Parts: sequence; C-alpha cells; structure tokens
Amino acid sequence: MYVAVKGGETAIANSLDLVADKRRGSRDLAELTLEQIDQQLGLAVDRVMTEGSCYDRALAALAIKQARGDLVEAIFLLRAYRTTLPRFGDTQPLDTTQMVAERRISSTFKDVPGGQVLGPTYDYTHRLLDFSLAAAGERPEAPTAPVDAGQALPRVGDILEREGMLEPPPAQDGDASQDITRTPLVLPADRPVRLQNLARGDEGFLLALGYSTQRGYGNNHPFVGEIRYGQVPVAFAPEELGFEIEIAEIDVTECDMVNQFAGAHNIPPQFTRGYGLAFGHAERKAMAMALVDRALRAGELSENATSPAQDEEFVLSHSDSVEASGFVQHLKLPHYVDFQSELVVVRTLRAEVEERNRQTVLDQAAE
Amino acid sequence: MPDGAYNYAYLDEQTKRMIRRAILKAVAVPGYQVPFGGREMPLPYGWGTGGIQVTAAIIGQDDTLKVIDQGADDTTNAVSIRRFFARVADVATTTRTEEATVIQTRHRVPETPLKDGQILVFQVPIPEPLRMLEPRETETRTLHALTEYGVMQVSLYESIARHGRIAKTYNYPVLVNGRYMMSPSPIPKFDNPKLDNNPALQLYGAGREKRIYAVPPYTSVKSLDFEDHPFEIETWTECCALCDSKESFLDEMIVDDAGKRMFVCSDTDYCQERQQQHRPEKT
Amino acid sequence: MSDTPLLSVRALTKRFGGRVACHDVSFDLWPGEVLGIVGESGSGKTTLLNCLAGRLEPDAGSVSYETASMGTVDVHRLSEARRRLLARTEWGFVNQDARDGLRMGVSAGANIGERLMAIGARHYGEIRGSASEWLGRVEIDLDRLDDRPTTFSGGMRQRLQIARNLVSNPRLVFMDEPTGGLDVSVQARILDLLRGLVDRFHLSAVLVTHDLGVARLLTHRLMVMQGGAVIEQGLTDQVLDDPQHAYTQMLVASILPV
Repeated sequence: MYVAVKGGETAIANSLDLVADKRRGSRDLAELTLEQIDQQLGLAVDRVMTEGSCYDRALAALAIKQARGDLVEAIFLLRAYRTTLPRFGDTQPLDTTQMVAERRISSTFKDVPGGQVLGPTYDYTHRLLDFSLAAAGERPEAPTAPVDAGQALPRVGDILEREGMLEPPPAQDGDASQDITRTPLVLPADRPVRLQNLARGDEGFLLALGYSTQRGYGNNHPFVGEIRYGQVPVAFAPEELGFEIEIAEIDVTECDMVNQFAGAHNIPPQFTRGYGLAFGHAERKAMAMALVDRALRAGELSENATSPAQDEEFVLSHSDSVEASGFVQHLKLPHYVDFQSELVVVRTLRAEVEERNRQTVLDQAAE
Repeated sequence: MPDGAYNYAYLDEQTKRMIRRAILKAVAVPGYQVPFGGREMPLPYGWGTGGIQVTAAIIGQDDTLKVIDQGADDTTNAVSIRRFFARVADVATTTRTEEATVIQTRHRVPETPLKDGQILVFQVPIPEPLRMLEPRETETRTLHALTEYGVMQVSLYESIARHGRIAKTYNYPVLVNGRYMMSPSPIPKFDNPKLDNNPALQLYGAGREKRIYAVPPYTSVKSLDFEDHPFEIETWTECCALCDSKESFLDEMIVDDAGKRMFVCSDTDYCQERQQQHRPEKT
Repeated sequence: MSDTPLLSVRALTKRFGGRVACHDVSFDLWPGEVLGIVGESGSGKTTLLNCLAGRLEPDAGSVSYETASMGTVDVHRLSEARRRLLARTEWGFVNQDARDGLRMGVSAGANIGERLMAIGARHYGEIRGSASEWLGRVEIDLDRLDDRPTTFSGGMRQRLQIARNLVSNPRLVFMDEPTGGLDVSVQARILDLLRGLVDRFHLSAVLVTHDLGVARLLTHRLMVMQGGAVIEQGLTDQVLDDPQHAYTQMLVASILPV
C-alpha cells in the first residue's frame, strides 16, 4: 500500500546532526574559539550585536560560530536569546561627547575642535588581496598616540547649532524609553521608535535605501557632519540607589548627517539632521541609518514624500532581517493544501476555456 | 535546550500575561486584530511564531497538544513545533483530534468536528485580509474601523468578471459576527464552513505582524460572496485511496514518473481513524 | 426651488502655515444649481473645493449640508465614518486626473460597481447591469465593461470616473477641473455629456475650473477667486458679460471667445 512520504522525527534528528557536523567541518583542523572570533572577526561580531540589539561580544561570537558565519542567522540566534532575558530598567542616555574616540572625522570642516582622527579604517587601504595573510607569521603592533581620555569631545553639530545654522535636535515627540521589542509597531511611528527600528534594521536594506536617496529617490543633500567611533560609558540609576553608577564601557559608532534644507512656511532655511548609531565599529550602518532617518523626516519638514526611503510604513515594516528572512524562507514549508485548491480551480477554469473553444470551433463549422 | 534555563513554555510569565490580555480582548471583539508585543521566538518568523506564542500563553500541564501542518501530524514543521512544546512545556501530545485540548494548526481545520472546550490555534502569516488590496496599515485600520469593505467585494466581482467564478481558493475572506472582516489564515476555502458557529474557541496568532485575533465559540463566520454567485467549496470526483472518504480535503500525489496520481486525505488522523473503523468491514 | 440651500458655507478660512489659501468665503448652493469657481492657479479654488468636500479641515468657518435623511449637518463636525458615508452615497468627486479617482487595476465594471457594493449591493448580475447601463450613459462601448482603465484613452477614463461617481445617484458632485489636460475635441464631448447628466439627474454641482469657457457652458452661477478671497460672484452670464471687478475683467479679456 502507498504511504505518503513525510518528514518525521527521525528526519529532523538526522538533519540536526548533519548541520552540526557541517558546522564543525574537518576534524583535522582546530575548532574556532569564541575569543578568536571576537578578536579576528570583530566587525562581524559588531554587526551581530547591533542588529541583534544585544551588547555581548561573547554571545555574538557564539552565535556566529553556531551559524557558521551566516550573520543574519547569528542575529536571529542572539535575538531569540535576548528576548528571554529579564529587564532591570533603562540606562541613562549615552553621552557621546564623553567618548574616548579612536576615530573621528568630519567632512564639513577642514579641522574641528578636538581634531580629525583618522584611526583604523579601510577607507584608504588599497583593496589588494594581502597574500601575506594566507601565510603564518605575526605582525608588529601598530604604534598609537596616547588618547586624551579626560577631555570631552564636542560634536560638530552642536557647534553649527549654536550658530543657528543647524536645527536643534528634533523635538522628542515620543517616549524614548518605549521598547520596540516589547510593544508592537504602531504606525505612524514617532522618532524614537523609528530610530530603534533602524538601529536593528538590516544593514543591506538600509544601505540600499540610503543609496537610493543619493541617486535622486528622495534626495536630502547630505554631508557627513561627523562620524566618531570609540568607547563610551554606560550609566544606570537603580531605583533603590537613587543615583547613577557606571556599569560598562561599550564601543559605538555615531554618525551625524547634516542635510541642506531650503526651509518651509514656518521654518527658515537651515541645515537639518539625520542620526545613526551602531554598536562596535560600523560606519556603513551608521551612515545608512542617518540617511534613512533624515529621509523619514520628510513629512515633519513638509517635504514631498514620494520615494521609498521617505515612506515610513514601507521602511519600518521591511527593515528587519529576522522578520524578512523568516517570512521569505517560510515558502520552503509545505503549502500543498493551498496548492491543491489552486490546482482544482485552475483545472476547472482550463476545462471551461477548452469547452468554450471547442464550442466556437463547432459553431464555426456549423456556419 | 538546557532544562531550567527557560521558563515553563519558554515565555516568561509577564509575556504570557500580556498575550493572554490580548487574547481576552480578541475574544471580546471577534475578528478584530489586537496588536500585541510579539516576542522573538527560537523558530523563524513565518514558521508559526504567532501560533506558538498563543499556545505558549494558554498551555498548561493538564493540556494535551496536537500540532498539524497541511492537516498532517507528521509534516516536518508540525513535528518541530510539537517537539518544542514537549521539551519546554512538558505537555502530553497526541495526534488524535478528539483527545486534544489545544490544536495548533497551519493551513487546515481538522475534519473531525471540534467540541466545546477545545481550542484551535491558527498560525497566521498575514493577518490583514485587505493587505493585498491596500498595503498601508494606517489605511486598512481606518477601513476596519468604518466597516468599509467594498474594496474586497470589488476584488470578488473582478474575479467573476475575469474567470466566471470567484477563483479565490484559500485565505478566503470572511465576515465575523457581522462586523469585522477577517483572514481565516491560508486554510483552503473548503475549511471555511467549519469556522462558522464552531463549538471550539479559535485563536489566530500572527508573530511577525504582531497581531492576535479570535473567533469565540458559536460565532457566525460568513464567507463573502454574491447572491447569484454563492460561496462554494472545492469538490473532488475521486475519493481517498486509503479510507474511501468522499467528504474530506484530498491531497493529490504523483506516484510515478508517468504522472500517475492518487488522492489521499490531507487530515492524517481522520484518515487513520476511518481506516481502522471501516477497513475490517469491507473486503 | 426648495427654500433650504443644499450647501451653506460661512466664513470659511484655510491657512497653510503663514499663507492664507482661502479667506472668509461664504455662499449658498441651491438644489439643482451648478456653481463654478474660477480663478488662476494658486487662487485657492481647489483648496476651497477640498474644504467643501470634507477632504481638508478648514481653520475657521463652517460647511453645512442638507442631507437626504439626516437633516442638516456640519460637514466638519461629522464623525469620519458619517462623512465617508456621505461621500460615497450622496456626493461624488470628479478629479482632474482620472487615475486619482479610479482603481486602475480592476475592470471598468468593477470601478462603476464599487460604490454599489460599498453600500451593500451583493447581486453580481444586478451590479453588472447597473455598470453596463452607466457605461452606456457615458458613451463607452459595452464590450469594454471587463477591460481595465489602463487600456482606456484619457477621455474615456474621465467618462468612466463620472459614471463611477454617478452610479449611486448622488445629490451633489464636486468637480476639480474635470476637462483639464484633455484635447479640445475630447473636452467638448465631456462637457456635453456632463451638461446632459446634470439636467437629467437634477444634480447640484460645484465645479472648479480655470477655463471660463467651461464655466460658461456648465454653470449657473460663478464665483471669482483671487489670492484666496472671493472677489466677485453672480449669475454666470452676468459675471462673464459684465464683469465688475478689475481682475475679472482681465480674466474675461484674456480668454478667446467661445
């Protein structure tokens, strides 16, 4: 008797074994350690922490290892872990003027207070494969100048703002502490919700949208007011203590985009802002985020919102890689019941068309 | 998953309470989509995270859980979800519709009639029935608030104008309790009549879209149609090759390279029950 | 004529930021009357029309409408539900660009039938019957009933939009440059058609146009707007043949004789 082929318990168990085996690869090679991933694939760790919304290098490294380097999968793993963690409260807002910057550049001024610090960047590397990396051998450590940690680093934006050239930071029209991983997205959204959504958003998606604004789909004439990357302290004020204590130092990349703005009926011509922030060193992400943030302010600034990047509902509903990846890949699940229904109706329709055609031929023959 | 590392049924109790509140609201306003703070689950979006969260919020140790996908208990995703709950909720599982207190389903309603006290949990990919006609959430919300459902009727009109019949076959829109238009999830329209006035509680969970909605027991669920083109379900000329059923939804299977086909029940439990009951008498 | 105006507008003002788009406009529209609003682009006529039709919220003033069944209502104090119901039953709105007023992705029949379905029609054959009837009234071949408006010419689209609006027997139709952007010969046909339909169904209408020729042909009464204010109003022939205000004189002088 025929028995329908269906995946069962055994198939799943075997599949899990296979994927674990694939992950390990050849047993002749040493297994990657989490420390190696953290240290040598640090930018991957940064991305997983950013889009996973969880600052923990070891967990992110573990997720990358478990996902065999598939970062979207790693982000998913980290998110699924994060969601079960209890919440103690909200930290104080980060004060990035207190950053110990390893890198800090502005493209709007030749020099800025605090100085331009090139720091580690791929920007000026020649993209030639470095075959020396394929061989063993140590590199000497790079010499670094002592960093002046005690000095506050003013933001370029603040300087422009004092002059009235740059708008003040957009009014907080929402609750900055509303957590989008705890409350559903309700549209239209306010800016804190938008920024959270973009911070967790897929880098590739934001990059493409940011790029589209530069190519005329919602151009907002951006300049990099400033990009800075370095360590900032995180402060938390436990209710029972009543004062704040520093609980950590984290690496972040911040981008202040400065955008030309012709003014509207009640706003004089001035520069406006787009903002991006990411964990670790992630300039591409922070810049793309800042471009899209600015594009999404079109309505608020009475600009004509005609392009995808300016469409809040479109951007916020499709930015999340975990949602997108899950839903695209769910097409792999069986759909044969729905397909069966479609087969039935398409067959009926085809039969009707054939019958009509036959009838037409008969009618013509009869004439 | 290390035991003890996670709360009973995976979600923490606060989250469960939040989901239960959403469910209560959904039951109070049949067919209305209640936004809820959907969590990230350890299964991918689109693979039943909404249904899993609903099940996790309502399940207890006394429950007996059945999970089906395409009507079958042994499809991979059904197995995976059943294993998940067996592991994190230590719950008894069954494949028998009659024995289950909670049935989580994707794409089907069991053929065996449900009873008072049973709960049917649907996995919903796109909760908004108007989404493919109007992509904007802000606009569809207004349409629901104002009961402006003409656009759906337009799409059915268009289907008849083009095909001579309403060619929509699954995820066929319904009106619940005479008020809210609802997506029954992508079940075949064959199953739509089972939703109407059903003794069981129907809960619908959409994880990615973060919406929960419900049809309370014995509530009217009407499939949209026209007076002169009434709603109809699929029919087959064949009957099930295994249990001879003429009443159930049949899957079509290609059994050889020449394209020979056979038809069997999509509901595996129903089919097996019938085989056990009827086969010995035949011969 | 009845002794209650269909539409009664008092001291209507609408600002956009610092700019006044429409200032202190008052008038009555009587049943069966077609009122034209003329002026250059930017004079505030489309803003006024949108305020009348409840699509824009005025900053001051009121718009009262005499409904068929609910007595007199203040359009801007109605709940959105009521206002949208009015808009799809007792009112029509003809956009300049037919694409804004049509569903381009569904057939002509579905476009005409939508209002009927929105107010509860559920008999496919009857809906189709009404759609056919209206297709005929706007002089579109019946064999185009199942075609999408994407395959229609500009003039046909505009006629389809008119049919889609009139199928629910509205009492009041708002029209925003209904013949703008169409060829002269196509315009003439639509104007002819509109005039016939207005007479036949005793429609009241508010028509916005920059074209005095159109105004002369279709309207009974005329309001001339400049810079957001009504500077002259009266019977159409009177205003056009004997303009009092310098601006109206200039407008009249600058058009070719019709």
